Amino acid sequence: MDATTGELILNWKPRAQHSRIGKLFDSKPFLVTLCMLPTAGLLLIFLTYPLGLGLWLSLTDTTIGQPGEYIGLDNFTSLFDDPVFWGAVWYTIFYTAVATAGKFLLGLWLAMLLNHHLPFKAFIRAIVLLPWIVPTVLSSIAWWWIYDPQFSIVSYILVDVLHLRAHYIDFLGSPWSARWSLIVANIWRGIPFVAITLLAGLQTISPSLYEAALLDGATGWQKFRRITVPLLMPILSVALTLSVLFTFSDFQLVYAITRGGPFNSTHLMATLAFQRAIPGSQLGEGAAIAVSMIPFLLIATLVCFFGVGRRKWQQGSDND
Amino acid sequence: MTDTIGVVAEELEEGLAASTKDEPEILSWDSRARRTITIYIPLAIFVIVLLFPFYWMAITSVKPDFEMYDYKQYNPFWVHSPTLANIQKLLFDTEYPRWLMTTMGIATAATFLSVGASVLAAYAIERLRFKGAQHVGLAIYLAYLVPPTILFIPLATLVFQFGLFDSPIALILTYPTFLIPFCTWLLIGYFKSIPYELEECALIDGASRLQILRRITLPLAVPGLISAGIFAFTLSWNEFIYALAFIQSTEKKTVPVAILTELVTGDVYQWGSLMAGSLLGSVPVAIIYSFFVEYYVSSMTGAVKE
Repeated sequence: MDATTGELILNWKPRAQHSRIGKLFDSKPFLVTLCMLPTAGLLLIFLTYPLGLGLWLSLTDTTIGQPGEYIGLDNFTSLFDDPVFWGAVWYTIFYTAVATAGKFLLGLWLAMLLNHHLPFKAFIRAIVLLPWIVPTVLSSIAWWWIYDPQFSIVSYILVDVLHLRAHYIDFLGSPWSARWSLIVANIWRGIPFVAITLLAGLQTISPSLYEAALLDGATGWQKFRRITVPLLMPILSVALTLSVLFTFSDFQLVYAITRGGPFNSTHLMATLAFQRAIPGSQLGEGAAIAVSMIPFLLIATLVCFFGVGRRKWQQGSDND
Repeated sequence: MTDTIGVVAEELEEGLAASTKDEPEILSWDSRARRTITIYIPLAIFVIVLLFPFYWMAITSVKPDFEMYDYKQYNPFWVHSPTLANIQKLLFDTEYPRWLMTTMGIATAATFLSVGASVLAAYAIERLRFKGAQHVGLAIYLAYLVPPTILFIPLATLVFQFGLFDSPIALILTYPTFLIPFCTWLLIGYFKSIPYELEECALIDGASRLQILRRITLPLAVPGLISAGIFAFTLSWNEFIYALAFIQSTEKKTVPVAILTELVTGDVYQWGSLMAGSLLGSVPVAIIYSFFVEYYVSSMTGAVKE
């Protein structure tokens, strides 16, 4: 390391700083301001301000092309009596809970499979990530085609190859099958992220712990329960929170496959907000739906902080 | 039945023999048969299920219509007379090439803007160590947790006020809201890994702060810059809701939005060209991904660990 430093420094001669500009750049407050300016500017204008604006819009009756007036909590009280809104809230929670559970169970299993010694491990790991890399909307369109009522390949396998069913399934035609179909597609998309993140966690667990457990006569389940799970917990809790957050606020997958149908049965809060706000042009009402998502997201974020705090406490050092 | 037990027993013995021959990786006395059942078969099912939609996408996009809708005569898993008609139709009868170019331009511009801003911010937070740097870092992390779905309605009104509605600039300026937090956190992690002593040496030798950033910190953070860049590019390429809400005219749409809103017309879906469009739209990110797999994996896991 010393040698490289020496070379680096020999390569150029620092100029004596006569110029005022040079001095200005050495003043720390100026430099900090300069460095933070682009980020702070962009985030304040396009993130913080819209957050506040969204809160304000939810209290107005703004429509597209017409500035609204303050109407208090009318948007929220009308949503309170709206069965479609409550249906969306309910399905959002159900969708998040079931899809996250599925993603983590299958993702953990896949991570543990990938943690073995395998031929072509790097290659398998690379192709397994594909569903996560490809634009969600585009893979969702593929799922839409897989769920086609007449030419579904899944129905073809079940009916014509395995002879398990007599008729083709109308995946997206009735509320419950549409709900489950979306959840399956979401799990499919989420598995790679969970698996690769947890694999990174698994690789940090020292094999000597398992060897010690083996010598003590631990069973496979005991090793999993007492070594793998506790040591995986820190990274698991962060990945879990991020996954919950992004599944809860999902939009693309549902919008691409069902657009909330049939009979509004698969609306998530995000797709309902979009439908009311942009095609329906009721910006105020849409904003109110979006704002109602915030309490749920806050709870998830708090969980994330406890997860991070716990990790630092467990590791003991590196607390700066 | 007895035969299989015999085989299993044989393989068990083999496994035992192998493990006594001092092979560190087969520590738990796995036999080959057991490994096959508990590892290879589940793994193969995972890989098949995870990749099948892409295979289905690819095979559909080269199928002629008469094969696509006739499972009785033609095995749907294979294509008997492949055709480029769907792709040709997509490229010459729609504005697909234009959508590709637009998406490419927007993603590139948003990436450069975000990575540039993030480098400066991460350097200031991690290296200049001003008062309150920790809180600024935390605030940026919190910004990452704000999903676009609760921002797009107020952003739509904002974009309208700025007169940017239906303009690619609206997307270039709004994508950094989710790119900058991610890239900044990634780069803070990279800057942390560069020894502080290098900078102190340069300071003693009389280098200015800018010289240090340009000549020492940035060159050493190149892997981090690449990670942040490709991640930002992929995220912008995949972005959907802002592009759906802020862009109206056909020729300015991005690929994901255009396929869903322009190619899906009427009640009869043109599955051939829809699948071809999805496939072609996925190719650019897949190519970038294949070149930088390791960067992806490290930045993905790194971002979660941070």
